[in-house]
Amino acid sequence: MKPFAYHQPDQIPDAAKLLTSIEDSKLVAGGMTLIPTLKQRLANPPALIDLSKLGHLKGITDDGDSITVGAMTPHAQVAASKLVQTKIPGLAALASMIGDPAVRSRGTIGGSVANNDPAADYPAGVLGLGATIVTSTREIAADRFFLGLFETALQPGEIITAIRFPLPLKAGYAKFKAPASRYALVGVFVAKFADGVRVAVTGAGPGVFRVPPMEMALSENFDPSAIAAIKIDNDGLTSDIHAEADYRAHLVTVMAKRAVDAALS
Amino acid sequence: MGNVIGIGASPKRKEDQRFLTGRGNYVSDIKRPGMTAGVFVRSPHGHAVLRGIDRSAALAAPGVIAVLTGADAAADKLGSLPCGWGISDAKGVPMKEPPFPMLAQGKVRFVGDMVAFVIAETPEQANAAAELLKIDYEVLPSVVGVLEAFRPGAPQLFDDVPNNICCDWELGDKAAVESAFRKAAHVAKLSLVNNRLIGNPMEPRAAIAEYEPGTDRFTLWTTSQFPHVVRFLMGALVLNIPQHKLRVVAPDVGGGFGVKQFHYGEEAVITWAAKRVMRPIKWVASRSEGYVSDRHGRDHVTEAELALDETGKFLAFRVNTLANMGGYLSTFGPNIPTNLYGPLLGGVYTTPAIYCNVKVVFTNTVPVDAYRGAGRPEATFVLERIVDVAASEMGIDRVEIRRRNMIPKEAYPYQTPVLVQYDSGDPMGCLDGALVAADVKNFGVRKSASASKGKFRGLGYSTYVEACGLAPSRFAGRLGARGGLYESATVRVHPTGQVTVMIGTHNHGQGHETTFAQIVSEKLGVAFENVDIVFGDTDRVQFGMGTYGSRSLVVGGAALSKATDKVVAKGKKIAAHLLEAAEVDIQFKSGKFSVAGTDRAKTFEEIAGAAYVPHDYPLEVLEPGLEEQAYYDPVNFTYPGGCHIAEVEVDPETGTVTLVNYTAVDDVGTVINPMIVEGQLHGGIVQGVGQALFENAVYDESSGQLLSGSLMDYCMPRADHMPMMKVATHSTLCTHTPMGVKGCGEVGTIGSPAAVINAVVDALSHLGVTHVDMPATPNRIWRLLQNASLPVAAE
Repeated sequence: MKPFAYHQPDQIPDAAKLLTSIEDSKLVAGGMTLIPTLKQRLANPPALIDLSKLGHLKGITDDGDSITVGAMTPHAQVAASKLVQTKIPGLAALASMIGDPAVRSRGTIGGSVANNDPAADYPAGVLGLGATIVTSTREIAADRFFLGLFETALQPGEIITAIRFPLPLKAGYAKFKAPASRYALVGVFVAKFADGVRVAVTGAGPGVFRVPPMEMALSENFDPSAIAAIKIDNDGLTSDIHAEADYRAHLVTVMAKRAVDAALS
Repeated sequence: MGNVIGIGASPKRKEDQRFLTGRGNYVSDIKRPGMTAGVFVRSPHGHAVLRGIDRSAALAAPGVIAVLTGADAAADKLGSLPCGWGISDAKGVPMKEPPFPMLAQGKVRFVGDMVAFVIAETPEQANAAAELLKIDYEVLPSVVGVLEAFRPGAPQLFDDVPNNICCDWELGDKAAVESAFRKAAHVAKLSLVNNRLIGNPMEPRAAIAEYEPGTDRFTLWTTSQFPHVVRFLMGALVLNIPQHKLRVVAPDVGGGFGVKQFHYGEEAVITWAAKRVMRPIKWVASRSEGYVSDRHGRDHVTEAELALDETGKFLAFRVNTLANMGGYLSTFGPNIPTNLYGPLLGGVYTTPAIYCNVKVVFTNTVPVDAYRGAGRPEATFVLERIVDVAASEMGIDRVEIRRRNMIPKEAYPYQTPVLVQYDSGDPMGCLDGALVAADVKNFGVRKSASASKGKFRGLGYSTYVEACGLAPSRFAGRLGARGGLYESATVRVHPTGQVTVMIGTHNHGQGHETTFAQIVSEKLGVAFENVDIVFGDTDRVQFGMGTYGSRSLVVGGAALSKATDKVVAKGKKIAAHLLEAAEVDIQFKSGKFSVAGTDRAKTFEEIAGAAYVPHDYPLEVLEPGLEEQAYYDPVNFTYPGGCHIAEVEVDPETGTVTLVNYTAVDDVGTVINPMIVEGQLHGGIVQGVGQALFENAVYDESSGQLLSGSLMDYCMPRADHMPMMKVATHSTLCTHTPMGVKGCGEVGTIGSPAAVINAVVDALSHLGVTHVDMPATPNRIWRLLQNASLPVAAE
């Protein structure tokens, strides 16, 4: 690890000010990606701005027609939340599948969404549920937030404060874990709303994406059989030492079916 | 006072008190006054000419004390890292043995090859300075696979090693095999890859070196399985330090699996550097550094053919293997795919003729050496896989074909056509026991239940034998060993009757402090808690070859047993004097020396006291004191073996293989501590399952980059991968070790890969699948199913 300055502001505007005033400084939430990167000397930020003192960013609130999860809420809290388990069980299930107990206790929803790792679980849940990303300056719809490999719509100095999830009629997540990392080799989140179905895929490509043909088919008939024959194109999917693109494409269909199964059960 | 806890008991492990309460003493726990930090700078290229190193910026960085390179080592006339084995080809031509400099000179030959050593006041300063080194590389094409390495036109690692072939080794009667193949009713053929593995012990390698000018002595603390061998190899052959001026300490070590049984360049560099800077230096490898510098294992490409008569009897076995050595010869490197591989190709069968050719090949990869099982898992995998292929092709049941060819219990000792003579064994007994334990007769019911869920279920067998207890020195010497392979133990009885044992093996998770204490407790009748086992320090322990090759109990335990016998013999002399009886009339039992047929007796403690307070003592004929030492060199290997049965379920939709049942019935000879043996089997089996289903070291073909260089990309087996295992022993006693022991450290890893893959192939056989390479990952299985001859559907 290389030396860096360390700040621990207790107000969001102070954090935002530090972030804009110190060039290349980094926010640290749970640190589950950033800290290993620092330890491997792959990143050299002059300053870390620790968000852990922003206590009001942690917690889950019932808004009636939606649930708001504070950005600093750890995965374990989402997984264990009775509210989430009751209103969006698929999201609680997703949170329970992230990493291992240590990661779930430290890692936060805001950190995961801001990092937009192409194999992270939360982006699939956020996009699949059509959630709203609430930041220090504005609100951003999930469809306009995830821009590709580790890229998001966040502007310099902008800090995620919460994620607001609308309540689906049904939702489910199915994840095929990469054997070693247990990140999503392919993860599919399926959510059924009154006005249609959303299907979001993580792990398969350079960023989370939706699958319109599956959404249409499931809007007609919310059953695994409706999408069994829908294959997605290999083009643009990831090939690496664990899985080539055609296998990932195959798994998208399999995991989508299983996500529908999970949503129905 | 505590109790005797002897052979066959399962006390809790003595060492766990400190391990489980965080009070172990590992190398990285040790701090020395004035200690500095060392960092190795490693090649980022698989193959490159090292044109120059500009260290000026690094030397000027804060806290930097020195930057050492291969040129400095050359100027100090330091030796090359030695190889402990010298093998030869069929004509007796010795293997090519290019120098292995401890810091690269002229060229780098793998990603991770050491180029420089930076010493600074703190690890942070050393790391920062390491990034300032300007190293001028002329990058060359790399070659990482064995098939590619010996093709014409392949990149050449060494000017004087044509086609990268280190040795073209063979074993067996080629003509007899060819003749048998001509008469065969059926020939089964199999091409396979034995995947490259990375050991990943929980504790990364580490070392601290210190030089004391007052006594001109060096001390090296290192994560080693064999400190005395490091002292010899490094002191005598690399750094020219006299043995009495070099102390090597391997304190608590967090797992080895072979990875820590080599003399590594890091050890030599840090010891040499400690004198140059006149300060202690500590180096602790990161996990990432371990991936590109810990010696790797396996990595074979093999073509095998089995000749059978019309009844399925094996007539001859022919095996051609290409074995990857990596960029240089490591300590045992060339021995593993040759001497520890070919002689095991007979397995538990009566195959009369066997021929094996192994081309040992250099590539731009981390040097390959022993990893748990070392050669024997590779041999077992080839043999047990081709037996299944032959059975399938000839329409003979897989268990039946094994029975038809198995060495019957009565035929032991059994001389194989490939050098080794098995002293004892009962493979049929292990097979019968495993069939019952695995509930094979109800497998059909379980298979149908799986099918109803859309899953394919398969059962796989591995009936195997291995050679361990390394090793009879005379035999090993004939095969090319450059050292002896005995073991030593000293039993020091204190004046108050407690016992300290100094033994040359090294305990890094195997439970030696418990097992060896049980042997002493049983043999001397002293309380289990009154026995301590000392190991891992060349200043405290007389000598030793260390722990590897399932040798600690077999060879070290035998030395310990002999030493305790000597203590009893001397005790009888003392007792005879004190009891005024003839020595031949003294009996020793349950901690008492007594005169036969009388109630006159002396306790073990009384005899110990008399030995150290020799007021009434036969000083004219007997020395005071009660401390005995024994060296033991085995007359043969030991041959544990057994039958493993794996049961898997394959999800055809994703290709996922789930191990649902695992049964092992092993013959490990006498069992000292059943709990520890069970733990060794569990761990060994999991490591074998890791090879079969998960682990794979993958290199980029052109750049030589290790693509599976972290736990994120290299899949280690985890607890949730495993079912509850059924493990049992069916032991015959070794006829030549003092206690009948055979060793159990590696059997699990040797028997299991073939059982698992045979189960996977069985699950998919209805689709025309005849072989699956390891690891049987979901991606690989799915791809096989895409190409399978029948549509994917549950039966």
